[in-house]
Amino acid sequence: VAMAAPLVLHLLLALLLGSGGRSGAEPERDSLREELVLTPLPSGDVSATFQFRTRWDSELQLEGGTNHHFLRYAVLPREVVCTENLTPWKKLLPCSSKAGLSVLLKAERLFHTSYHSQAVHIRPVCRDAHCVSVSWELRQTLTVVFDAFTTGQGKKDWSLFRMFSRTITEACPLASQSHIYVDISRNSQENETLEVSPPPTSTYQAVVLGDRRTYAVYDLLNPATFSGSRSLNLQLRWKQFQDIGSQLVPFLHAQRYVSGYGLQKGELSTVLHNTHPYRAFPVLLLETVPWYLRLYVHTLAITTKGKENKPSYIHYQPAQDRLRPHLLEMLIQLPANSVTKVSIQFERALLKWTEYTPDPNHGFYVSPSVLSALVPNLVGAKPANWEESPLFSTMFPVSDSSSYFVRLYTEPLLVNLPTPDFSMPYNVICLTCTVVAVCYGSFYNLLTRTFHLEEPKRSRLVRWLANIIRRIRGVPPV
Amino acid sequence: MSEGRVDAPSSQLPELGPPCGWDPGQQRGARTRGSGVRGRAVPQGRGRVGEAGKGWAWAGPSPTAALHPGFGSPAPALGVLVPDAASSGPGCREPACPAGPAPFPRASSLFLMLLPPGPSLLAPLNFTGTSCRGHLRPQPFWFNYRHVANTLSVYRSVKRLGIPDSHIVLMLADDMACNPRNPKPATVFSHKNMELNVYGDDVEVDYRSYEVTVENFLRVLTGRVPPSTPRSKRLLSDDRSNILIYMTGHGGNGFLKFQDSEEITNVELADAFEQMWQKRRYHEMLFIIDTCQGASMYERFYSPNVMALASSQVGEDSLSHQPDLAIGVHLMDRYTFYVLEFLEEIHPASQANMNDLFQVCPKSLCVSTPGHRTDLFQRNPQNVLITDFFGSVRKVEITTERVALNHLKCQKDEELTEPLNYAEQLPVAQIIHQKPKQKEWHPPGGFILGLWALILMVFFKTYGIKHMKYVF
Repeated sequence: VAMAAPLVLHLLLALLLGSGGRSGAEPERDSLREELVLTPLPSGDVSATFQFRTRWDSELQLEGGTNHHFLRYAVLPREVVCTENLTPWKKLLPCSSKAGLSVLLKAERLFHTSYHSQAVHIRPVCRDAHCVSVSWELRQTLTVVFDAFTTGQGKKDWSLFRMFSRTITEACPLASQSHIYVDISRNSQENETLEVSPPPTSTYQAVVLGDRRTYAVYDLLNPATFSGSRSLNLQLRWKQFQDIGSQLVPFLHAQRYVSGYGLQKGELSTVLHNTHPYRAFPVLLLETVPWYLRLYVHTLAITTKGKENKPSYIHYQPAQDRLRPHLLEMLIQLPANSVTKVSIQFERALLKWTEYTPDPNHGFYVSPSVLSALVPNLVGAKPANWEESPLFSTMFPVSDSSSYFVRLYTEPLLVNLPTPDFSMPYNVICLTCTVVAVCYGSFYNLLTRTFHLEEPKRSRLVRWLANIIRRIRGVPPV
Repeated sequence: MSEGRVDAPSSQLPELGPPCGWDPGQQRGARTRGSGVRGRAVPQGRGRVGEAGKGWAWAGPSPTAALHPGFGSPAPALGVLVPDAASSGPGCREPACPAGPAPFPRASSLFLMLLPPGPSLLAPLNFTGTSCRGHLRPQPFWFNYRHVANTLSVYRSVKRLGIPDSHIVLMLADDMACNPRNPKPATVFSHKNMELNVYGDDVEVDYRSYEVTVENFLRVLTGRVPPSTPRSKRLLSDDRSNILIYMTGHGGNGFLKFQDSEEITNVELADAFEQMWQKRRYHEMLFIIDTCQGASMYERFYSPNVMALASSQVGEDSLSHQPDLAIGVHLMDRYTFYVLEFLEEIHPASQANMNDLFQVCPKSLCVSTPGHRTDLFQRNPQNVLITDFFGSVRKVEITTERVALNHLKCQKDEELTEPLNYAEQLPVAQIIHQKPKQKEWHPPGGFILGLWALILMVFFKTYGIKHMKYVF
């Protein structure tokens, strides 16, 4: 999240100019929308997704369009995410953490979760329906999943205060829209299993991830939302907690793992699941493997239901030691209701002594593989109007309403490389010095030293006394 | 191209003149080195470090609140300029010049560098076990919690006294706050019973985990960083800056351990300081170290204007303070604990001087004997304020008058360009029907070249050179 200073200046200028120069007839040059989506999960946990969208017009035009030759993909397989990642992210928000939904972003609660994800997306979007010019959009998303047992102390009832230890008192003054959505799809007409209080101002239906969902909507810019008390503390209470028979399984999900034994070779496998009942769709799989796992591409095997599945397109760029990782990109057709396994064997390389991390026995990380797919919807949906629909449904623009675009990341992997014994230099120095000192030193002394007798020196008085005693005994004097 | 575009990259900006309100006479008088005006924002000559006592009124709430940190660190060339109603005439910087906050506090920038290195030499393996699933996070030495708490408590005091994050380089080798062993994630406590969370809510760590190496540390000090290093990871000091360096961790006679795999010696450190002196990277420096035998680290300093404090003498160990039973480790080291207590009573306008800091942890409390070294320092420690190094005060003048910024002339291109549309996220048809890339032909090299050369040589040796004209 390295926001360039010019971009930040755009923001500053756009906001400064925007607030001053807005009039009724002129279109808005910048806008901020914020929203929070609360989704209770079947396990009793609750997932909260914040989205902040800042849009501004600037004279900076994108030159060259989207030429794929300028596309770069970079990934850091492992980074410890903590408050220091959240701090610069929060600084990009126009209201910082002072007003609106961003007051809920307190690090102590956000990192005490079972899942945490932050993202920043910058892209040009159409300024209006004619799409003659573009404006820039900055989207910041933050998703956390609160665990029912650690955070909720075993209870499945949730409220904003229990989740974030804070309530909302006002919307961000700079925001043109500020909403909270609560997923109440589980409430059918007859039995209301989930009770939301205070009662929502309206409901909203949308097709999200191929499924029809219903949301309770709270508009924070509407003063009626805050009613009597100045703060809004949403509460979700389960009237009767029922386990859903059919779990909501996403149509596309994937896993990745390393198999094999020993420190010489292994096998990298990615398993793709297509759980759609009757539709097949293609998936673009991008794998970036570091150079120290030397892939044997002739062992690449893609199998579906036991049979070989030839990909429609393969692009492979081999690695160069210490310069470039392997790049493997494939377009694979996934038949309906099937499991596909992509596996490739590799050999582990021995690194140079200085290339190891301070804790090499922990292992080395392999970045996750990326799956991009246009997953067909189960129910029909009409394309969303960008300005009116909530932010969560306009993340990826689709021209065709029969499918939605999804980009999945598998887990990163931890792979052990053959590790030398780092104490060896010390051992060698000690041993060599000992051997040299003891063996060679002794030989040298034996060969070069000459020995001669030396009289012990005694004082004159002692020698005189000794001579007297010897004369008495009759022994020759000293 | 409209004039006065501020969103152009900095290389294309118009030449910036001196800031308005900049009095050449005052400036020249204030600077002793008179090296002229630099291109970037010069710290205003409104007062020097030595004159800090007079005429500096610190008023109102914390200075950091006055300078809105919302948009990150101000760039020195442009800065977050508070518009001034009386926009001056030609020759001044556009847009209106700041009547108020200078980009740098006072006349001297105060940079703090904090550094805790890592685990001890005792255990060769620094993790508890591997898991086939690969989900286990690196387990640093959890008992080095106190080093991180030490550093963060000094960081916290320094921020509280007014130094912004853009002037602090924080290096933490271990992750304690979001460690799976931490019973309260995103917190690091310095007092038992979890009284004080020194990690805070707006911490910015510049160098983390593997990036904390001796090489990076010395590069930051001397300024020899690769060009791609972001500003927050550089030490942007000049000859008017006072620098505070705080180091903690495991050390011995003449060295300090980094990351369980390398160490920095006192000679290296002294040489780095000398490089800084010769490159005019500091005006005065305060070096504090809290390790075993810490005094050995400052024995070799030979650059002027360096004052050093250590928590223990050569041959002594620095001891840790109190454990917390919930977290399971010692939370702080004694010397830093008492330094923190001392600093908690300092406010930005305090007149406490260095002699008070020297008395901080007597042997009865610290068990080791803290030491200090002032022979290289030109001023008398009695006259050196704590806030010279630990804090900064900015003079803020608040104005309520409005200013009209130069409105950007939006030139709406009247020529009708064709409407744009979104690129397809997954153009399957395009991907499948791509023509395979033509592989470029390279002349053979290596083995194949040698093989052909051998064949040709044997052929011509056997059959003679006269056949060559039939081949070529």
